[in-house]
Amino acid sequence: MNTFFNIHGGIHPEEEKHLSNPGTVLDAGLPQSLVLPLSQHIGKPSSLCVKPGDYVLGGQLLAEADGMVSVPLHAPTSGTVIAIEPRPVPHPSALDNLCLELACDGEDRWIEYRGCEDWRTETPESLISRISAAGIAGMGGAGFPTAVKLMARERLPLTTLIINGTECEPYITADDTLMQVDAAGIVEGAQILARILAVEDILLAVEDNKPAALAAMRKAAETAGEHCKVMTFPTKYPSGGEKQLIEILTGQQVPAGGLPADLGIVCQNPGTAVAARDAVCHGKPLTDRIVTLTGRALMRPGNYRTRLGTPIEHLLTVAGFDPSQNRRLIHGGPMMGFALESAAVPIVKTTNCILVPTEQELPTPPDAQACIRCGLCAEACPASLLPQQLYWYARAKDQEQLERHHLADCIECGACSWVCPSHIPLVQYYRAAKGMIRESKAEKVRSDRSRDRFEAREARLEQEAIAREAQRAARRAAAEKKAAAGGADDPVAAAIARAKAKKESAGNEESGS
Amino acid sequence: MLTLLQSDPLLAALLALLGLGLGFGGILGYASVRFKTEGNPLVDQINQLLPQTQCGQCGHPGCKPYATAIAEGGAINKCPPGGQETIDALADLLDVEPLTLDAEHGEEKEPNVAYIREDECIGCTKCIQACPVDAILGAAKLMHTVIADECTGCDLCVEPCPVDCIDMLPRKGGIEHWRWELPEPSENKNNIIATDREAA
Repeated sequence: MNTFFNIHGGIHPEEEKHLSNPGTVLDAGLPQSLVLPLSQHIGKPSSLCVKPGDYVLGGQLLAEADGMVSVPLHAPTSGTVIAIEPRPVPHPSALDNLCLELACDGEDRWIEYRGCEDWRTETPESLISRISAAGIAGMGGAGFPTAVKLMARERLPLTTLIINGTECEPYITADDTLMQVDAAGIVEGAQILARILAVEDILLAVEDNKPAALAAMRKAAETAGEHCKVMTFPTKYPSGGEKQLIEILTGQQVPAGGLPADLGIVCQNPGTAVAARDAVCHGKPLTDRIVTLTGRALMRPGNYRTRLGTPIEHLLTVAGFDPSQNRRLIHGGPMMGFALESAAVPIVKTTNCILVPTEQELPTPPDAQACIRCGLCAEACPASLLPQQLYWYARAKDQEQLERHHLADCIECGACSWVCPSHIPLVQYYRAAKGMIRESKAEKVRSDRSRDRFEAREARLEQEAIAREAQRAARRAAAEKKAAAGGADDPVAAAIARAKAKKESAGNEESGS
Repeated sequence: MLTLLQSDPLLAALLALLGLGLGFGGILGYASVRFKTEGNPLVDQINQLLPQTQCGQCGHPGCKPYATAIAEGGAINKCPPGGQETIDALADLLDVEPLTLDAEHGEEKEPNVAYIREDECIGCTKCIQACPVDAILGAAKLMHTVIADECTGCDLCVEPCPVDCIDMLPRKGGIEHWRWELPEPSENKNNIIATDREAA
């Protein structure tokens, strides 16, 4: 066994991973229509390049990246674009967002795509552009555009690539399955990513509750040489958090407010590695992913290869959903996921799990009670924060203290809420507080700019007034000079005479008409 | 002189104090000229807290003038765009009692952004002149439009428009502005002991 380090806190919830039978990939089939949100990633939404009525082939570009931090979107099958309108999307707000609806024609015809001959001879730039063109966004859950993350190499010297196959959240087995069925693909993808990042070492991290995946990864890693190592460590939630995993593997902590790149490390999800391999070696865009459909309200839980945009309703039918058993659908896992309001929302690039529990399995949380200051949350926090203090400051909306207690380092893993004997929804407080801080910072920037613009305008108006005054003074001086030079002619008397004459002539005209 | 001082300690003490007073007074006087603070720093501090909408709802022609008025002892509850949050921050800064918003000056509402219905615009430039932050683009007899990112939502352009083609739309709609709400504190519900819950 390799060496590993321990992290502070963590919890051991029921794993429930056996439910979804990791290691077998089932086919989710082709629904009648796919709903593709234009924003499935962090950054600007993709900008459309098709219109309603267009016929598209599988793999065809539907929307291109809009700016640096954005990704393109491709058609997951052939069919006709029938609508472009706001639809419910997987988001905790349950609000609608712009989506494209593609009516599948059932023929599933694809464009021809071609990868590069040999990625070992390609430049990192051309590899990045292939990954960027394939529309890959981090598939572990956050959805940060992978190509942008890979550009970290330009800013900081990097040494290590970590493929994060920890998958510490209960129920989810999508990465576990992928590691079992396509370990070679993950290793090759990792080698491609390592070449782009110009790093030597590749660490493949797998928790010890996945022996089959571990064996498959070990076997695949043997072919990749000595710089590619499989690392394993005891199961604990949330070991798969990026910063937690780095501490477990290296003993180093990512500095507060920093990125893993500050330690010379980049983390990627196994799904992202495979998608990168497919993009580089086959030219295949990201149009499907493995989704864990699990929970005891499903008759056929499992890991389904699902086209992006597949409505969850369709998946529930495929997996044998029993509506009498279930009261809520959860996007993601039981710890960090959020409840969905509607089953019409589609699968997106970041959907790793749809959890359909029975009420018995995952009861509705009871009402929160008062904090009894037991301190269990501080013991459980994997980021060594003080959840109780953060809770009080979040309630008081004390932004200064929240920042001083490093709220930004909270990874929202939910370990504190899980141990809380008073059932206080602590993470929701932190999410709200983070939103509040972000908003007030944005407002501050806005108001500073407004102040600058207001002051600039005031200055401009003042300048204009001075200029006008100067002009008037100059005219007056010129007139006086002229009057002095002309002698007897008084300009005022002349003006009055002129006005009088004008009035008279106007009066005459009026009486004339 | 020395003998006189030695013989009369009272006079010596008086002279010493006088000397010290003159010396330190001189230093203070010099410092007050040399390190004079330009303007009133309190005005800037207050101005930092105001929302910079420049809407004039407080009765002053902009946020800076209102900040000046507050520094001179004016009421702190006349700013509807800032709302209760700004009033609390001002009360904190000035160490006075936080008040509630003075309803005479308007009520707190979500921030807006002006939107010109462009095909109805006649190009009169009246809104451009009214905009306190130069956020409207356009020229005489040509269509105008609002730079949405710069608009403070002050409403000042709505009134002068002769054809009423300016709408005030909410600035924070949509999914990208959504944020989590703070949960309702548990103490507000009657569930401290088990029988409370049964009663409810």
